[in-house]
Amino acid sequence: MPAISTASLPDIVFMLLFFFMVSTSMRDTTMMVSTKLPEASEVAKLKKKSLVSYIYVGPPTREHQRLFGTEPRIQLNDSFKTLVDIRDFISSERDAMNESDRPLLTTSLKIDEETRMRIVTDIKQELRKASALKISYAARQVDRH
Amino acid sequence: MARKTPEINGSSLADIAFLLLIFFLVTTTMNVDTGLNRMLPPMPEQNTKQEDIEVKKRNMLAVKINKSDRLLVAGEPMEVYMLKDKAKEFIMNPNEDEHLPELKEVDIPLIGRRKVSEGVISLQNDNGTTYRMYMLVQNELVAAYNELREDLAKTAFGKLYSKLTPEEQEAVDKAIPQRISEAEPKNVGGQ
Repeated sequence: MPAISTASLPDIVFMLLFFFMVSTSMRDTTMMVSTKLPEASEVAKLKKKSLVSYIYVGPPTREHQRLFGTEPRIQLNDSFKTLVDIRDFISSERDAMNESDRPLLTTSLKIDEETRMRIVTDIKQELRKASALKISYAARQVDRH
Repeated sequence: MARKTPEINGSSLADIAFLLLIFFLVTTTMNVDTGLNRMLPPMPEQNTKQEDIEVKKRNMLAVKINKSDRLLVAGEPMEVYMLKDKAKEFIMNPNEDEHLPELKEVDIPLIGRRKVSEGVISLQNDNGTTYRMYMLVQNELVAAYNELREDLAKTAFGKLYSKLTPEEQEAVDKAIPQRISEAEPKNVGGQ
């Protein structure tokens, strides 16, 4: 029996490679809180990713629960932060942007749906103080039933 | 034993692979971030005393959510699924009811003279409200505005809102302005 030609194997491998390159997006932050986003039907897409900074709020993931408990916490970049750090975070995000893009800075709030509003309201107040007024409440898109 | 099988022609495998690649390229999407976009009100200046902007009672629909996620709309308890229709009625005031918002005639480019509602929906939540409920209510309110805009787009231009040109969309937005105010935080109903 003659050997099956393997000449096209590289193509298949490349295909898989491309597939994974396309379908997965690079995540530059490791999630330390779990955020199960609420559902919404009227969502709009966030267009330019370079203009968006993220604030994550939710209960710490399993491996961080021993140190940080299970109450919802704020995560900025790669670490747990508190409310007072938000202003510094916003100004450092601003500094990293082009001067012409700065007014377009959007803050995406990725908040776990079980979170109580107290922490959300506090974050909103901090954002107002930092005059980062464009916000987006991240949500999973669902169809209207 | 087995007969000698002819060698499979492998030259078309590359084509198949490329076909699959293109198929995945087309059907899969990068997970885009979606969300409800909002504009926060600017922080009042520290030294100036904040004067409450007088809003006539008829021009305001107060939506309150308490700590056990119950809804109070204009002083009456309500279920979430009824909120959208209530909001739509409030925004449009179709029968020119004097308890519903004032209508002001405004000239709008591309649409012409039109009565524009002065109504503001004020959303107030408790510290103990869950974020899920808050988003549910926000979503219903945005849905009310979106449906009204969709209706107007159909009657005025005969097209879906998403198919309108940016100028036409702006005209529709002007005819039905989205006015959702998130009130200054207050601790209503305790924690």
